Amino acid sequence: MAFNYDRHIRHGKLPHIWCPGCTYGIVFKSLLRAVESMGIPKDHLALVSGIGCASRLPGYVDWNTLHTAHGRAIPFATGLKMARPDKKVLVVSGDGDATAIGGNHFIHACRRNIDITVIVMNNFIYGMTGGQHSPTTPVGHLATTMPFGNVDPTFNIPSLAQGAGATWVGRGTAYHVPALDRLIIGAIEHKGLSVLEIINGCPTTHGRRNKFRTPTDMLLWMKESAMPLSAFEKLPPDQGAGKFPTGVLYKREAPEFSETYFAMVERLQKQQEGREG
Amino acid sequence: MGTLKLLQGNEACAEGALYAGCTFFAGYPITPSTEVAEYLARRLPRIGGVILQMEDEIASVGAIIGASLAGKKSMTATSGPGFSLKQENIGFGMLCEVPIVIVDVMRGGPSTGVPTGPSQSDIMQCKWGTHGDHPVICLTPAYVQEIFSETVRAFNLAERYRTPVIIAFDEIVGHMREKIEIPEKGVLPVEDRRRPTCPPSEYKPFDETQGDVPPIADFFSGYRQHITGLNHASDGFPVNASPRIHTDELRLLRKVEGNRADIIRYDTVMLDDAEIAVFAYGVSGRSGKNAVELARAEGIKAGLFRPLTIWPFPEEEVAALASRVKAIIVPELSLGQIVLEVERCAKGRCEIQGIFRVDGDPITPAQILEKIKEVG
Repeated sequence: MAFNYDRHIRHGKLPHIWCPGCTYGIVFKSLLRAVESMGIPKDHLALVSGIGCASRLPGYVDWNTLHTAHGRAIPFATGLKMARPDKKVLVVSGDGDATAIGGNHFIHACRRNIDITVIVMNNFIYGMTGGQHSPTTPVGHLATTMPFGNVDPTFNIPSLAQGAGATWVGRGTAYHVPALDRLIIGAIEHKGLSVLEIINGCPTTHGRRNKFRTPTDMLLWMKESAMPLSAFEKLPPDQGAGKFPTGVLYKREAPEFSETYFAMVERLQKQQEGREG
Repeated sequence: MGTLKLLQGNEACAEGALYAGCTFFAGYPITPSTEVAEYLARRLPRIGGVILQMEDEIASVGAIIGASLAGKKSMTATSGPGFSLKQENIGFGMLCEVPIVIVDVMRGGPSTGVPTGPSQSDIMQCKWGTHGDHPVICLTPAYVQEIFSETVRAFNLAERYRTPVIIAFDEIVGHMREKIEIPEKGVLPVEDRRRPTCPPSEYKPFDETQGDVPPIADFFSGYRQHITGLNHASDGFPVNASPRIHTDELRLLRKVEGNRADIIRYDTVMLDDAEIAVFAYGVSGRSGKNAVELARAEGIKAGLFRPLTIWPFPEEEVAALASRVKAIIVPELSLGQIVLEVERCAKGRCEIQGIFRVDGDPITPAQILEKIKEVG
C-alpha cells in the first residue's frame, strides 16, 4: 500500500515553494516516512530550521515547527532540547545556513554532543537568493558571485562534523531513496549529535549554469558519484576522484549533553536533600 | 520580613530572575555583566534549572527563545558588544512574541570601548537596535534593590505582554554592593503567560481576535504550531505583501504603546514645586537625586524625574513637566542620546540642557548642581 503522507503534512500548506526539479521534496517525503516508521508521536517532535530553501520544510510538517533566523536553528533547537530533554528535536538546514553563517553553532553542537539530529540538505549553492557560491560549491563552478568560476575552497561537511566531535555522521543522496530513509532513521535513533548530509540538486541556480542540462542530469550525477563507504574505501587511491562515500561514515558512543547536565542536577539536588534531611 | 543580603547589582539581577521563576539562562562571558551568569550557574542547577554557556551571544538569545517557546521563563545577560550581537534574535523574539528577558549592563563604546567603565550609551540601541519597527519595553533600575525588583517586573511584563523585555543598567550599579531585602515568596507578584484553553485544532498562535496579546502555547503541549520570523498570519504561517503585515505590526506596537500606564514607572524627588528638573536614570539618576538635595539645601527649587521605564518613553509625563518648569537638565553617560527624547517631548516648552560624559567616570552631583545654578 502506498504510504499516506497526510498524517504529517499540514493541511492547506502545499504546494511548497521549491522549484520544479528541486530534490528537496524527495528529502521531505523521506523524513516523513522515517519518522512514521519510528512511531514517534507528532507532539513529541520539534523541527527547527534557519533560512533558505531547505529551511522552509518545517512549515509543511504538522509537528512543533520553528523557522528561525539565518544560521540560528541549532541554538533555538538547543533551547528546546534543554527545556524538554524528553522530546525529539530535529534541525533541517542547507549548506550555507549550517556551515557558513551557522558554522559556529554547528561545530559547537557537535562538540557538545547534545541529542539533536541535524540534517544538512547540501545543494552546493545559495538557492533562495539566486545562486551565490556557498562553502560547498565545487571549485571551478559558476555562481553569481563567482562568475569566472569558484576559487573559494570547500568544506567536506561530514569531515567537519566528525572533526568537531559529532558522534554520528552520515551522508545520503536524494537519488538513493530507500537508503536515505534508513539513514534518517539511524540519525534520529542515535543518542547524541547526529549530522546527516544529504546531497541534493538545485537545477535552477546551480545545475543549469554548470553543465547539468536537466534536473535528471543532477540525479544521474548522484547515482554515478555516490559509493557506499565500504566500496569507497576499497578504491585504489587514484580512482577516488569525483566519487564520494555514503552511508554511516562515523559513529561512536559518548555521553550525551542533556543527560550529563541533568545527572549533575540530580546529584546536586540529592546532596541538598541530604544536608536538609 | 524577607532575607537581607549584601549583593552586587548583577547578583541582585540574578536573584530577581530566580524570584520571578526563571529556570533557564543562556549567556556568553562578557564584562561587566558576567556575574549574572556566574551567580545563576551556582543556583540554577540546584533548583533543576538550566544554565548554558553558549558559543556566542547570538546563540544565547536563540537558546532562550527556544526554551521560552517550550514554556520556560528565560533570560540572557550581556554588555555593549554582546548586546549588538544579540539584536538579530531579539527582533525574532519581538516579531514572534516570545517572552524573554535580556539584561544589558552598559559599558563604554562603540566597539570594545571601555569594558570596565560605565556607560548609558546603549539606550537608543535598546529601542532601535534590531531592524524593523517593533515594540520595546526597557527598564532602567538605579539601585541594587531596584535591580532586584525591576528584574521581577521585567519577567512579569514579558509574560503579560508576550514580548522581550530589556533591563539596562550600567557598570557602576551592576558592580556596586548594597544591602537588599529579598522578599518572601508571594510578596511581589509573579505572573505567568496566558496559555490557550481552546482545543488544539482551533489554536492560532497570533490570533488577534483574542486581544492584542494572544495566548501562547508551549511547544510539545499538544498545541502543534508553526513559528516563523517571517511576517505571518494569525495561524503563524508566512504572508507576503499583505495588509495583514501592517495591521499586525500595529498590534505589536499597540500592545506596548497602548499600555503605557501599566508599563511606565518612574520615581520623583521633590518634583512637585520644582522650577528646575533633572531627568536622569541609572547611575546618573543617583547623582541627580544627590544634586537636587544639595540644590534644595541652597534654596533652589530643583526636583528629579527618574524613569524606571525608559521605553516606552514617558512622553506625557515629560511633556507635562516641560510645561511647568523653567528647565530640564539631562545628565547621561553618553554624548547625548536620551536628551533627544526629552527635547522631542518638551516641544520647546522649556529649556533643555544636557550633561554628557564618556570618560569612564560617572557624572557627579557637583556637575549637576553647577548646571542647576547655571540655568537657575
